[in-house]
Amino acid sequence: MSQPVVKLRDIRKTYRSGDLEVHAVRGISLDIQPGEFVAIMGASGSGKSTLMNTLGCLDRPTGGTYYLDGVDVSSLDREARADLRNQKLGFVFQGFNLLARTSALENVELPMLYAPKRAGAAEMKRRALAALAIVGLAERSDHFPSQLSGGQQQRVAIARALVNEPRLLLADEPTGNLDSRTSIEVMGVFQRLNEQGITLVMVTHELDVANYCKRILVVRDGLVVRDEPVQNRSIAFAELAKLHSAESAAKLNAGIKP
Amino acid sequence: MRLLSTTIIALRALRRNKLRSMLTALGIIIGVAAVIAMVGIGNGAKSQVEAQVASLGRNVVTVFPGSFNAGGMRGGWGSTSTLTIEDTDAIVREVNGVVAVSPEVRDRNQILANGLNWNTQVNGESTDYLSIRAWDLSDGAMFTETDVKGATKVCVIGSTVVKQLFPDTDPLGQTLRIRNIPFRVLGVLESKGFNFFGSDQDDTVIVPYTTHMRRINRRTTVSTILIEAASSEEMQSVQDDVTALLQQRRGGREPDFTVRNQLELAQTATATTRVMTSLLGAIAGVSLLVGGIGIMNIMLVSVTERTREIGIRLAIGAHDGDIRVQFLIEAMVLSSLGGIIGVILGIGISQTLANLNGWPVLVSTNSILMAVGFSALVGVVFGFYPAHKAAQLDPIEALRFE
Ligand SMILES: Nc1ncnc2c1ncn2[C@@H]1O[C@H](COP(=O)(O)OP(=O)(O)O)[C@@H](O)[C@H]1O
Ligand SMILES: [Mg+2]
Repeated sequence: MSQPVVKLRDIRKTYRSGDLEVHAVRGISLDIQPGEFVAIMGASGSGKSTLMNTLGCLDRPTGGTYYLDGVDVSSLDREARADLRNQKLGFVFQGFNLLARTSALENVELPMLYAPKRAGAAEMKRRALAALAIVGLAERSDHFPSQLSGGQQQRVAIARALVNEPRLLLADEPTGNLDSRTSIEVMGVFQRLNEQGITLVMVTHELDVANYCKRILVVRDGLVVRDEPVQNRSIAFAELAKLHSAESAAKLNAGIKP
Repeated sequence: MRLLSTTIIALRALRRNKLRSMLTALGIIIGVAAVIAMVGIGNGAKSQVEAQVASLGRNVVTVFPGSFNAGGMRGGWGSTSTLTIEDTDAIVREVNGVVAVSPEVRDRNQILANGLNWNTQVNGESTDYLSIRAWDLSDGAMFTETDVKGATKVCVIGSTVVKQLFPDTDPLGQTLRIRNIPFRVLGVLESKGFNFFGSDQDDTVIVPYTTHMRRINRRTTVSTILIEAASSEEMQSVQDDVTALLQQRRGGREPDFTVRNQLELAQTATATTRVMTSLLGAIAGVSLLVGGIGIMNIMLVSVTERTREIGIRLAIGAHDGDIRVQFLIEAMVLSSLGGIIGVILGIGISQTLANLNGWPVLVSTNSILMAVGFSALVGVVFGFYPAHKAAQLDPIEALRFE
C-alpha cells in the first residue's frame, strides 16, 4: 500500500486566552490516502477549522505529530511551512479570497511568484492559463473578480490552488457562499480533479454537499466521532443534468399557461 | 530571484490602486518640487549678487569720505569730503600692492546733445578707472594721461546715455554739453546693468577728474578714492596701509574717512542670500518631511486595509520577508516616483517664476540628485515601520479579518 498523504497521530490544539483554555482539537489520529476525497462535518465550534488549519500548515498543533507526504511537519518553522504551503498544499476558502482589481490570470500566477524556484514569465502565464482551462475559465483570464459571478470566482480560486500541482487540496466551506446550483458546479470541478488523482479534504456542514465526496468524517468537541465512506454518492454532472431538465420543464409549463 | 518576484508583486499592487498610489506620492511630489524651486530661486539670487559684486570691479578698495564736525555738530558719513588729490598721490607713492588708483569726483548734471537733454551721473576719473571697475569699451577709446594732465574736454559715455542722447546716430566724435561746456565723445562703455543698490551703472558720463574739478564743479576735494589691489589676498593689507597712511596725514584729528574693500561688501551681500537660501531650503525640507510622514500614514492605513490580502499571500506561501520587502518596495517606488515627478514639476515652477518675474533661477544637477535620493530614503525610512507591521501578521488571523 502506498504512503498516506496525511498521517495525523494524536493531534491536539489548545488555545489559551488568559486563564481560559479551549481544547479545540483533543487527540485526532487519522490517515488520508492518495486519491481520497474527504468531507469533514460537524457543528459550529467543533474544531473543523482548527483541524484544517493544522492540515494546511497554517498553524502548529500543541501536541501530536503530523506527517505530510511522509515528512514530519509538526515542528517546522514559519518559513519552511510557507514553502510547504506553496509547494504541497492548495487552499480554497469560503470567501474566495481573490485579490481585488487583479485579473484572474494574475491571481492564478500568484503562488508561482512565491515559489522557491520561480518559472519564467511565459511559463507562468502558460501554467496559469492551463489551470484556468481546467476549471473552464480560460476565456475569462483577463476578467477582474468584480466582473465574475461567485461560482466563477471560486473556480478561479481553485485554479490558483492547483497551479503549483499540490499533493493535497484543502477547502474550508468552499460552497458556503454559493447557491445550490453553483455549489453543484464547484463540486463537479472537485470531482473531476479527484478523478485525475488529486487528494481533497473539505469542510462543509451540508450533507448534500458532503455526499459528493467519498468519505465523511464527523467531528464533535475536537474529536472524530464518525468516519465512514459515502453511500449513494452524488455525481455532479448527473445532478446538473437533472436540474437542467427540471428547469426546462418548468419553463415549458410556464409557457403553456395562459 | 525572490527579490525580482517581490518587485513584480509590489508593482502589481501599486497598479491595482492607482489613485491611492498617486495620493501617497503627492506629498513627496510637492515636497521635492518645493525643494527644487526654492533652492533654484536661492541659488539664482546668490549668483546674481555674485555677478553684481564682481561688477564693482577687480579687488577694489574704496576710501569713502567721513563726516564733518562743525563746532560739535556732526554730520553723517559722506556729509563732507576732505579727501584730496594729495591723498591720492600719497597712496600711489607709499602703499605697496596698489596697481591702479582713481580719484573719483561725482556729480549729477543736465547734459545736452543732438537737441536732446538728459540728467545723468557725471564722474571725474583717472585713466585707471576702467581697469579698476573691470569695464571695457564697446566702441572708441578711453581718454589718456595727456587728457588728464591738460584737463581736456573729452568723455566716454554709458549705453543708457547713448540711448537717450544719440538714439539713431553714432556718438563717437560728437559733442555733448555739460554746463554748456562742449565735450567730445571718445568712447562708449559696455553695458553693465544695475548694481545691487539698484542704480543703472550705464547711465553715466566719465570725464578726466582734472577737467571735472577745474571746469565742471570747481572743487578741490574728491568724492571717493578707488584703489585696485594687485590681488584679492593683498586687499586686506592695502586697506590697512591706506587707513594708516591717511590717519598719519591727518595728524591727531578725528578720522574723516572710511576704507572698505570689495570682499567685505561681497560678504555682506552673499550672507543675506545665504540666509535666504537656507531658509527656503529649510521650509522645503520640512515639506519633504511632511511628505514622508504622509507616506507612512497612508502605508499604515493600507497595511490595515490590506490585512486580508496579506493573509492570502502568507497562506499561499509568501515568507514574512517577502511581505516586508514588498511593502518597502512599494514605499520606495512611490517616493522615488514622487521625487522624479517633483523634480520635473519643480523645474517647471522655477522656469515659470523666472519668466514671470525675471528672477534668475538656477536649478543644479546636485539639488536634483539630492532631492531624488533623499525622497527614496524617505520611502525606506517611513516605509519600514508599516512593512514590519505587515510582515508580522498571523496568516489565520489575517484571513479572518473583515
Ligand atoms: N484563535 C483562537 N483563540 C481561541 N479560541 C479559538 C481560536 N480559534 C478557534 N477557537 C476555539 O476553538 C474551537 C474550535 O473552533 P473552530 O475550529 O473554528 O470550529 P469550527 O470551524 O468547527 O466552527 C471553538 O470553541 C473556538 O471558539
Ligand atoms: Mg469554521
